[in-house]
Amino acid sequence: MQQSNAYIIGFTAALTIVVGGLLSLASQGLAPAQKKSVELDTKSQILASVMDREELATFTKDQILSMYNERIESLVVDINGSIVEKNKKGGPLVAEEVNILKNYKKDPKDRLYPVFKYKNADNPQKIDAYILPLYGAGLWDKIWGYVALKSDLNTIAGTAFDHKAETPGLGARIGSPEIQNRYVGKKILDGSGNLVSVNMVKGEGNAGLTEHQVDGMSGATITGRGVNDMLENYLSYYKSYFEKVNSGSLANL
Amino acid sequence: MSTETLEKSEVTAKLPTEELFSKRRKRLISDPLNEDNPITIQVLGICSALAVTVKMEPTLIMSIAVVFVIVFSNLIISVMRNVIPSRVRIIVQLAVVATLVTLVSEVLKAYSYEMYKVLGAFVGLIITNCIVMGRLEAFAMGNKPYDSILDGLGSGFGYAWIILAVAFFRELLGSGSVFDFKIFEAVGIMNFPTNGLMVDSIGAFVILGIIIWIQRTKTGYIEH
Repeated sequence: MQQSNAYIIGFTAALTIVVGGLLSLASQGLAPAQKKSVELDTKSQILASVMDREELATFTKDQILSMYNERIESLVVDINGSIVEKNKKGGPLVAEEVNILKNYKKDPKDRLYPVFKYKNADNPQKIDAYILPLYGAGLWDKIWGYVALKSDLNTIAGTAFDHKAETPGLGARIGSPEIQNRYVGKKILDGSGNLVSVNMVKGEGNAGLTEHQVDGMSGATITGRGVNDMLENYLSYYKSYFEKVNSGSLANL
Repeated sequence: MSTETLEKSEVTAKLPTEELFSKRRKRLISDPLNEDNPITIQVLGICSALAVTVKMEPTLIMSIAVVFVIVFSNLIISVMRNVIPSRVRIIVQLAVVATLVTLVSEVLKAYSYEMYKVLGAFVGLIITNCIVMGRLEAFAMGNKPYDSILDGLGSGFGYAWIILAVAFFRELLGSGSVFDFKIFEAVGIMNFPTNGLMVDSIGAFVILGIIIWIQRTKTGYIEH
């Protein structure tokens, strides 16, 4: 059957309004739950860099959130290691809400750098680990993660990497605990305190790795290089902050 | 899109009191499960069958999402079939499908963020899944709502069981597990050699090919 143009225009307009209204309702209604999911995801990734993953996997959502509130204290610093407290609009700056991707697109000097401090379970004044976010490029798309440094700011306590589109079975292995655990106990500074970072070497099953090297992933050399760059870049961005922590010049660390 | 337009549905003149599950209506559900399967016979929706079937869990979520979208878009289009202007019907169908898909994706993001991260892009691509649009154009535009729901269920489950079967073998052989449960370690085989090919899309082609082979040998279906 052939309808008039007016009918067709009227029908599509009505459809657009109904569909649009429905979707905006859904988007509004689900926004709080979505925000909570994203928050939970960020927080469990941060915890995963210092905690045993199998233990973390047994936690419920609420346990993860309360664990996070109890053990993690966050702050944001700039490239000079000074604490930033206000966001652009003048409101309080929340470290968990700093978007690493958006900051990555700015010049390193203008970026904000969140720090998540993992407090000792018995003595909240003592910091067990400093957790730093990482961001970089893999072979196909972005890679990101967290690295946790022990209180000496030299020894790696743990890492958590994730990726968007690395090759399954090859580069995608950076997301597995098997690869991430290789970093535990490695040192980022040389004897005289200069940053050398930790490098993933080419090939797998290498013998005689130094404390600045981890075994590579066979077939994923470029992803490995991406991880190396990401780690070295971000560790260097936090250099001033580390110096301030070491010299004790930050009142409440 | 050529095969499914051939099997244009005939609108049969129905008796006023047709049984709730008459023989014809049972066939609406059972045909797409085997003899007229959307993936293996009509060869539609292959892309997602390859992409999401690495593991069982995301595949199950994807199946549920597709069944939901097919059933409800079939229902909505069937209810509106007499008022949809025929010249813009494809756009109207698309708008309905896109709305449902967006809803699924938003709900996943809110309540199963892990799955949203794995499936994100593919859930969005349900819009372009030819099975959905194919059923709307070939069936829902010309049939009553109840029949359209049955047709949607049939096609949805036809799609679901195939991708679940593919995912079962891919996860079993590629990761040595089922629903992330390490099955070989549980029965005492500690170093089961997992096959990297199965983790890749190529594995899905191989499994899908074998399933189609077995099925067509049994049903005797031949491509025209």
